[in-house]
Amino acid sequence: MSAITHHIPDAMLAAYAAGNLPHAFAVAVASHVSLCAECRVALEAHQAVGGAVLEDTGAVAVSSSLKDNILAQLDAPFTPEPVYERNGIFPGPVMEAMNGRAPRWKKLGMGVRQDILSADANGSVRLLYIPPRQAVPDHSHNGLELTLVLQGSFSDETGRFGVGDLEIADENLEHTPVADPGEACICLAATDARLRFRALVPRLLQPLFRI
Amino acid sequence: MARRYERTPVSQTETETELSEQTHWMIAVRDNRDRNAFAALFDHFAPRLKGFIIRSGASAHQAEEIVQDVMLTIWRKAAMFDPHRAQVSAWIYQIARNRQIDIARKENRPMPEELKEEPGMEPDASQILAIEQEAGQLKQALATLKPEQREIVEKAYLGELTHQEISAQTGLPLGTIKSRIRLGLERLRHELKDLKQ
Repeated sequence: MSAITHHIPDAMLAAYAAGNLPHAFAVAVASHVSLCAECRVALEAHQAVGGAVLEDTGAVAVSSSLKDNILAQLDAPFTPEPVYERNGIFPGPVMEAMNGRAPRWKKLGMGVRQDILSADANGSVRLLYIPPRQAVPDHSHNGLELTLVLQGSFSDETGRFGVGDLEIADENLEHTPVADPGEACICLAATDARLRFRALVPRLLQPLFRI
Repeated sequence: MARRYERTPVSQTETETELSEQTHWMIAVRDNRDRNAFAALFDHFAPRLKGFIIRSGASAHQAEEIVQDVMLTIWRKAAMFDPHRAQVSAWIYQIARNRQIDIARKENRPMPEELKEEPGMEPDASQILAIEQEAGQLKQALATLKPEQREIVEKAYLGELTHQEISAQTGLPLGTIKSRIRLGLERLRHELKDLKQ
């Protein structure tokens, strides 16, 4: 395994296990866990705590017909949920966020491209493509932004981020991520607020371009 | 997707007798589609699930619907249960939270890729037992918490706290899980040799 050095903070993993992370972050966390054995076992540990809480919660009697109802349904046909497999650099949860399609890149200028997978008032998930040595368009954060590297690497004031590494940036971090020389850097970026790109498009146009 | 062990009967080794009933039931459901074992799992978990789901804010009626969903999912996805990596309660906890979230948000929760094991992997009773014992220790640790600490843990794992709120709880005894993480890593080192990167 390549050495992943930037992981998911414990509290975020606990909130993910409990199902209380915003959807955009859950996509990033599930994708990182797909790539990172250490965070996978940490997640399983949180699930074990959840299991202990479940075991210990006061039992409430179920109605007398419930068991027979369920037993009668064991052989009923059902449609399994679709499983999205990893495809190249894209882990299963990213494939799911793309509905199984290939990325549809839109140019942002300076060789940077993006593909918005979902965006609304509660946050957004998108893919970014940054050519080697190119800076990510200067952006500050309204809320929290999780960036997971899927190909290549980038560096900023806080360090270097390679494949599988997750950067967590809040509104206090004014940083300038630059793709490292070599391969283009492809990242998954998830935020819990509307995006704002100051350098590229006036903010008034944001709703129009959804960036 | 389904795990394919060589089906060495799990009751062969001496440590097996120390495994919990729940684990035996779950393995019987997985390997033999054993309905009696499933009924036993129901008797143990359905009332706990109902209590757990009501605590997260559902009505008794909604809770029973979710219990039904969860129990059917346990039956249908039993092939995914891996006692080397999860105790039964942890596995069911995750299914229950998923169902609750999928229903509340009307969208599927993003889940990590499932690990695929190499074919012919034999059950490792000592690892299964270690996971079980660790679950027992976790339960004990929960029982010895001060009431207010315990309430925070419950709230966190019932999904009532945001990650910011969890990280603000410096007193949260998350250290308890560190040994669990070590245990999991040891196992994964064996399993992940061929994990694609």
